[in-house]
Amino acid sequence: MKKPMLAMLLVLALAFTAGAGSDAGTVLLNAAGATFPNPIYSKWFDVYHTAHPNVQINYQAIGSGGGIRQLLAGTVDFGASDGPMTDDQLAQAKVKILHFPTVLGAVVPMYNVPGVSGELNLTQHALAGIYLGTITKWNNIEITQANPGVKFPNDDIVVVHRSDGSGTSYIFTDFLSKASDDWKNKVGKATSVNWPVGLGGKGNEGVSGLVKQTPDSIGYVELIYAIQNNIPFGKVQNASGQYVKASLESVSSAAAGAAKAMPDDFRVSITNAPGAASYPISSFTWLLIPAQIQDAAKLDAIKGFLKWMLTQGQDYNEGLTYARLPKPVIAKEMKAISLIQ
Amino acid sequence: MSATATTIENAPLRPSRGARAFIHRLRNGDEIAHIITLVFASTILLLAILLVCILWRDCHLSRAQFGWAFFRTSTWDPVFSQFGALPFIYGTLVTSVLALILSVPLGLAAAIFLSELAPRKISDTISFLIDLLAAVPSVIYGVLGIFVVVPLMRTTIGPALKHTLGFLPIFQGPNYGVGFLTAGIVLTIMVVPFIISVSREVLLTVPRDQREAALALGATRWESTWKVVVPWARSGILGSIFLALARALGETMAVTMVIGNDPRIATSLFSSGYSIAAVIANEFAEAFSDMHVSSLIELGLVLFLMTFILNGLARIMIIATERGGGRPS
Repeated sequence: MKKPMLAMLLVLALAFTAGAGSDAGTVLLNAAGATFPNPIYSKWFDVYHTAHPNVQINYQAIGSGGGIRQLLAGTVDFGASDGPMTDDQLAQAKVKILHFPTVLGAVVPMYNVPGVSGELNLTQHALAGIYLGTITKWNNIEITQANPGVKFPNDDIVVVHRSDGSGTSYIFTDFLSKASDDWKNKVGKATSVNWPVGLGGKGNEGVSGLVKQTPDSIGYVELIYAIQNNIPFGKVQNASGQYVKASLESVSSAAAGAAKAMPDDFRVSITNAPGAASYPISSFTWLLIPAQIQDAAKLDAIKGFLKWMLTQGQDYNEGLTYARLPKPVIAKEMKAISLIQ
Repeated sequence: MSATATTIENAPLRPSRGARAFIHRLRNGDEIAHIITLVFASTILLLAILLVCILWRDCHLSRAQFGWAFFRTSTWDPVFSQFGALPFIYGTLVTSVLALILSVPLGLAAAIFLSELAPRKISDTISFLIDLLAAVPSVIYGVLGIFVVVPLMRTTIGPALKHTLGFLPIFQGPNYGVGFLTAGIVLTIMVVPFIISVSREVLLTVPRDQREAALALGATRWESTWKVVVPWARSGILGSIFLALARALGETMAVTMVIGNDPRIATSLFSSGYSIAAVIANEFAEAFSDMHVSSLIELGLVLFLMTFILNGLARIMIIATERGGGRPS
């Protein structure tokens, strides 16, 4: 019992010295943050480590909030978040923090209405009204008008939302804030908000479980979760008035639509993005990288990884059902890498 | 130099008997055991104090901002930084009390059967299974809740309760399957093994003389059990109940899966609600603002205090019942 323990400690100690010493050859980078992109990040860090054995990235998927806090506290080399950092948070940082979009995510509405099968068209007003509690029946005119030929029951809508703080809720409430001024003023956007109505389910699985079990219910889940679990979902009206079904293409198209007006710090919301084919409840997820890195080896490692992620790394996206970044965004990010010093 | 030497030599002269006794006890192991157990015991005390101190320190932001209003208001709004703990305190108390109301008769009856009436072999087998139940991770009970209790609640239990007891305000309003009552039922399933297991052990320690004396006085078997054996074991049984209460108060995973996670105070037991442990688990990882984190930590402190107060009440009750009779001392 004792000997393996000692050996393990020795290995750990070695790993630490290797990570700390820049001249030892191996660079160990610690990162923490969002859970949503964790599958693709794990894949990237693993593939990159195989290609560059001297760089090892240890990613803890503890949540966007936790990632930002650890980055501000200086306990990790870089962070990751589903929502951009606020100005207040950036002001707290000791060094400038840069945002790098990595992949795209989307949120889709799922529902369980007895007697209704097939894809529903949901207007922006309908979604906002349902979640505000102003639209309470399935046969409300805002819902029936968008779905001619579908017979809705005269039943109360059971609203389901996420109970845990999550990037999914952030994207969804960000969209609702753009869809409705009432939502923006009364509820706002955040990873957890004060929901006017509804039941809370924990995680995508909690929401989908509640929706599947409760007749007349509506909820929202991540696109990836819906695809992987074959959950049918509805179309959402976008900024051009079109009903668009979420897919990797329509999400990428939303990013392309927003790319023209992309600010230099990449902190941009692409919900309700312009473009007839754009899916309106889409978002980037970001890596948060300090602009100044003292350790030269770590600096090279991070820059190297970012370049790889924006080029070869993007090829792994579709396999894991993440939408890839549009070309103009990649070009802009490539330029921004030089800001890290 | 010599002066100090003499004082050193002289000084231990007086307590040398004590020292010798100490060495004697040391050799016997008594003193070592005493020191070791003392250190361990004080570590636990120290941990508890440290926990309270850290919670107190880390929630200074919300304490300064909300003060006592934290306990009186019921808005929980991370966007506009308004935090009130009332719905969470209410949800925690309601689900825990419900669990106790359901689990105490169930657990006590089962314990009495196992210790007094069942043949020893059957009793031992069942107790073994019950101890296994107590070790099942709570997320399993949560899954059981989602897939069994929630549908049952929506289709069978809820409508039946509405049909028979619907005139009571606690059984009115829409029933989605998740809510206070469902959480209470799942908690009951979780804490009943504790009550059975501990109560059975306590009942088994009641001396045979007590039973025999009661029977000799002409009591029936049930009378001897209910009027002699159970009162004798009363303090131990109360202890098991409060162990169950503590578990119910702090239960996180299973509760959050079936309570509906909706901070509201409603009379109806069908209504969705929220508990302290559940909201901490749900929101802590993704809490962005400092005030949000601070308020969640203050909720942790509130839960700690609630457990502390309820345990204190338990002690007082146990002392009171011991004085009031029961076990002859």
